[in-house]
Amino acid sequence: MALQDKYKQLTDAASAEGISNLQVREQDNVLYIDGEAPTGASKDKLWNLYNQIDPDFKAGDLVMNIDVAAGAGTKATVTTDSSNLNIRKGPGTDQPIVGKAAHNSSVTLLSKTNDQWWLVRTEKGEEGYAYAQYLSPE
Amino acid sequence: MKITKIISSMLIMTALFFSGCKPKDADIKASVEEKLKTNMEMPTPAMVNVNDGVVTLSGECKDEACKAKCAELANSAKGVKSVVNNLVIAQAPVVTAPVVVTTDDALTTGVKDAVKDFPTVTAVVNDGIVTLTGEIKRDRLQNLIQSLNTLKPKKIENQLTIK
Repeated sequence: MALQDKYKQLTDAASAEGISNLQVREQDNVLYIDGEAPTGASKDKLWNLYNQIDPDFKAGDLVMNIDVAAGAGTKATVTTDSSNLNIRKGPGTDQPIVGKAAHNSSVTLLSKTNDQWWLVRTEKGEEGYAYAQYLSPE
Repeated sequence: MKITKIISSMLIMTALFFSGCKPKDADIKASVEEKLKTNMEMPTPAMVNVNDGVVTLSGECKDEACKAKCAELANSAKGVKSVVNNLVIAQAPVVTAPVVVTTDDALTTGVKDAVKDFPTVTAVVNDGIVTLTGEIKRDRLQNLIQSLNTLKPKKIENQLTIK
């Protein structure tokens, strides 16, 4: 219960932001927050709050897996630091690169393979798998 | 005259005898409690109160059938005039699924992808726990932590030196 108190502000915000399928569970001294955010902005808000409560994510007592609701056909911006985003043949960094999506360009989501890898189409029409962490649904 | 007196006194005695036989509330309570023990569906025993043979049941019951059964059992006890059934149906506890942690094999593959763009970070997976060592720039930390969180690890031990 102590952890739920520590992160109460975060779970309250998650409810307020309208996170769907929100689950807050405590197990073996780790709090697990799962759910789906309606927008990328909601997800960012929760992550900023998490970083405020636990600066630099040092405590190791929370696992927060918030996905952003995005269906096939959704446009997503490439949010790499500055480089191009690799588009790969399959979902994994061991897969050959079949294309590149430029930083800040827009790709179309075709399907979500899992929380890490999304099948996308670039503006140039290349199709392949991209690392979801660098994609922000618009 | 004498006979009438005898008869009337006998009637009074009979009445007294039978009223003496009327079960006391405490006995009724014990009897009802005994009967209720046969209802195995009760999560906790019902509270039994008896007042002039009127039995009041309170406490929690599993469902309507269990509640009706309790009233029926109480009614069957000796000396019970009526039963006030104040039992309530217990609210089902909220069942939450346990947290499922990704297997180490799948986690190792995922972690490898996640740290690919962070050459100064070393990540080790053991029993669902991802331990991070090395160094990272603060403005890139959240990015890495976010992507590791999507892998559903048991825990992330962040031992990174933050620059």
